Amino acid sequence: MENRVAAVSMRGITKTFGKTVANKNVSIDIYRGEILSLLGENGSGKTTLMNMLSGIYLPDAGQILVDGKEAAIRSPKDALDLGIGMIHQHFKLVDVMTATENIVLGLKEEKYDLKESSRKIREICDRYGFDLNPEQKIYDMTVSQKQTVEIVKVLYRKADILILDEPTAVLTPQETERLFDVLRNMRKDNKAVVIITHKLNEVLEISDQVDILRSGEFIGSLKTSETNVQEMTDMMVGRAVELNIDRPQPQNVEPRLVISNLTVKSEDGITKLDDVSFTANAGEILGIAGISNSGQKELLEAIAGLQPTEHGDISYVPHDGPQESLIGKDPLDIQRMGISLSFVPEDRLGMGLVANMDLTDNMMLRSFRKGRRRTVDRATPRKVAQDVVDQLEVATPGLTTPVRRLSGGNVQKVLVGREIASAPSVLLTAYAVRGLDINSSYAIYDLMNKQKERGVAVIYVGEDLDVLLQLADRILVLCGGKVSGILDGRTTDKYEVGLLMTSLGGGEAK
Amino acid sequence: MKESGKGPRVHITKRPEISKAQAFLIRAVALVLAIVVCAVVTYLLTGDDPGSVFKTIWEGSFGSSRRTWVLLQNVSILLIISLAMAPAFRMRFWNIGGEGQVMIGVLATASCMIMLSGKVPEPALIFIEIAAAVVAGAIWAAIPAFFKSRWNTNETLFTLMMNYVATQLVAYFIIIWESPRGSGKIGIINQSTQAGWLPQIGQYKYLLTVIVAAVLTVFIYIYMNYGKHGYELAVVGESERTAKYVGIKVGRVIIRTMLLSGAICGLAGALMVAGTDHTMTTTLAGGRGFTAVMVAWMAKFNPLGMIFTSFLLAFLQKGAGEVATQFGLNQSFSDILSSIIIFFLIGCEFFIQYRFVFRKEAK
Repeated sequence: MENRVAAVSMRGITKTFGKTVANKNVSIDIYRGEILSLLGENGSGKTTLMNMLSGIYLPDAGQILVDGKEAAIRSPKDALDLGIGMIHQHFKLVDVMTATENIVLGLKEEKYDLKESSRKIREICDRYGFDLNPEQKIYDMTVSQKQTVEIVKVLYRKADILILDEPTAVLTPQETERLFDVLRNMRKDNKAVVIITHKLNEVLEISDQVDILRSGEFIGSLKTSETNVQEMTDMMVGRAVELNIDRPQPQNVEPRLVISNLTVKSEDGITKLDDVSFTANAGEILGIAGISNSGQKELLEAIAGLQPTEHGDISYVPHDGPQESLIGKDPLDIQRMGISLSFVPEDRLGMGLVANMDLTDNMMLRSFRKGRRRTVDRATPRKVAQDVVDQLEVATPGLTTPVRRLSGGNVQKVLVGREIASAPSVLLTAYAVRGLDINSSYAIYDLMNKQKERGVAVIYVGEDLDVLLQLADRILVLCGGKVSGILDGRTTDKYEVGLLMTSLGGGEAK
Repeated sequence: MKESGKGPRVHITKRPEISKAQAFLIRAVALVLAIVVCAVVTYLLTGDDPGSVFKTIWEGSFGSSRRTWVLLQNVSILLIISLAMAPAFRMRFWNIGGEGQVMIGVLATASCMIMLSGKVPEPALIFIEIAAAVVAGAIWAAIPAFFKSRWNTNETLFTLMMNYVATQLVAYFIIIWESPRGSGKIGIINQSTQAGWLPQIGQYKYLLTVIVAAVLTVFIYIYMNYGKHGYELAVVGESERTAKYVGIKVGRVIIRTMLLSGAICGLAGALMVAGTDHTMTTTLAGGRGFTAVMVAWMAKFNPLGMIFTSFLLAFLQKGAGEVATQFGLNQSFSDILSSIIIFFLIGCEFFIQYRFVFRKEAK
């Protein structure tokens, strides 16, 4: 086994961007017929390393050997000529074209014959078990289907070394399962597959070998069959990590938000939420589970005043005083009613923050209207920003750095930090730890718990059932826009939640 | 195979952050290079001594105190129009209708001067004509803004079309008010009574315009960088979804900002008609509504930077005209020179963003 030639060997690779060292003397081997996981926290240099293999960047130092021969990879085309193809996190597809058109786009070597190309694409799909209609337009596709197009595109170009950058970040558990089946088929076909990830359960499930990077340095290579989550975490983080999530007993529980018979339709008339009723309590974390696009986004946005509702009611119940309806109120109205409602949206840089503005100006988003003067007060938000940076340990060069330059985890800390800074009575969060590394994720869970102990009604929309089951006091399961069930987080299990996610009421009632 | 293991000889990479001083140095080098290229081109094409051509360009602007004042007036008007563009551009609202917004202000001022002359007291006339220009400009700009906020129409095409409408309206009224009859133009309005003419400060005919430009520069600078409105429009420009998320009324901000833009353009029109030119022609704006787009962009919408860019462009234009007359060259030659300089100044931005990396020879 150890004598075979590696499909790709990267030797002593170093890459710097200005003063930042992204990779420092990294050496890894990729073998055919194997799935390799490249594991590391955000900013550990995984993607940079693979970008050098796929011709996006040039290494500052080091060698790349393909099948034992030294290779110069100066462009993605060079990489493809060597059989190396990479599927990036952000898809590069033309929306108005079909899958086939996108796949053959830019190919000069063969005749332009869409029928023939579609036939070849079907062949590839059959071989590996992809589910793809070559004639479908990209704008009609789900994220998972778009990803399939990207993978087939690379295979169509005869790549036999495939690199996937965090392929499961955008997929539901079911879609992930399907992708893994495809990857296993590729392994059977003697292809070399690399997946960049920071999800440990996936590493264990799919890969044969795992290479771990930390702060741009190579830490070690393990056989997946001989390791476990704790060992990998410790190597990845660089110290022993506590992997349990706290769940303090709720105190002083009282209704804070009462949703009754809420129905929401999308702009094109599709029912997104159907007769949803529940109560969110102060001092409790209400977890919301459901397969993606089951109405989670619409629910949170309706509460936050960003989504028009068809009928039903959303009422805020203050600690003392009469309850008030939030229907027909926009975020500004809600603020003016004296309700401190915080919302951490799924789209952090596109909705929660302004990517090109610095930390101070982003802190100001919620509070800039304060005061009668026509000019803004930057002193207070600057102080808030400094507090958030100090308390949540945000890694940033300074308060005047645009948030787009921060890593995903730090962006999220800034956003959550701002939302918590306004001392909310209701905190809505959507996929608060998506794309975050272990350290940042645990920091966020911790913040959720602190808010709960402060008497905040926390609504936590999550995708990782293991986390929901450890963190939430109650779990509301959505299925196709309807409430499929509300469970006690302490007594339920993954199986029960999963059943409710896929069929209304768990398939028993109705 | 061994030699193929290296990277290409030269490749381009993005620079890490660059200091302000470094960026300034790059721009200065670009300007020097531009002048050198201009000199070479001048010599090759005309055989004239480049030195004397440059001297003429300089004298075109600073040759006499009158010329200097004319330059300052030109810079001021260009700067005022550019200041009007800046907030809209920061909001990513591509208003290229400055020309039309100025022209409608010109028309409003001229019509007040012509129709109300002698009917209302002088101070009232001045107040009315300026107010009319400001309101007309604001309305002209708010129309595309309204359509944009309501039906998401394309503001670039819309504002562009509004330019033609405004210019044709001016042409129409020139025929109606032509004087003397049959000349096809309006002479000096109220030449004998000077009704509606803006007062002259001391002996300086153009000083008022310069002062207005200076005040507006400070105002827009504060408005955009320290004002709540400025902050709101920046958020809208960066991300409409974020704006909605924090309860900013996007449509209202778009219309409000364009009302301001249009009002300032209208004011520029009033300053030209009532302050300096005292007549109305279809070419009074003279393309400055478009030049202002360049001024604003080159300064990255920073009002203070726009003082320099508007000065540079006005200076080049003046100098170019002077070269053409002094050397008996046609106007196009001077345009070539200004284009070379602008090319270098815009082109150097590339070197501020990127750098070339040369392969180190193997040891």
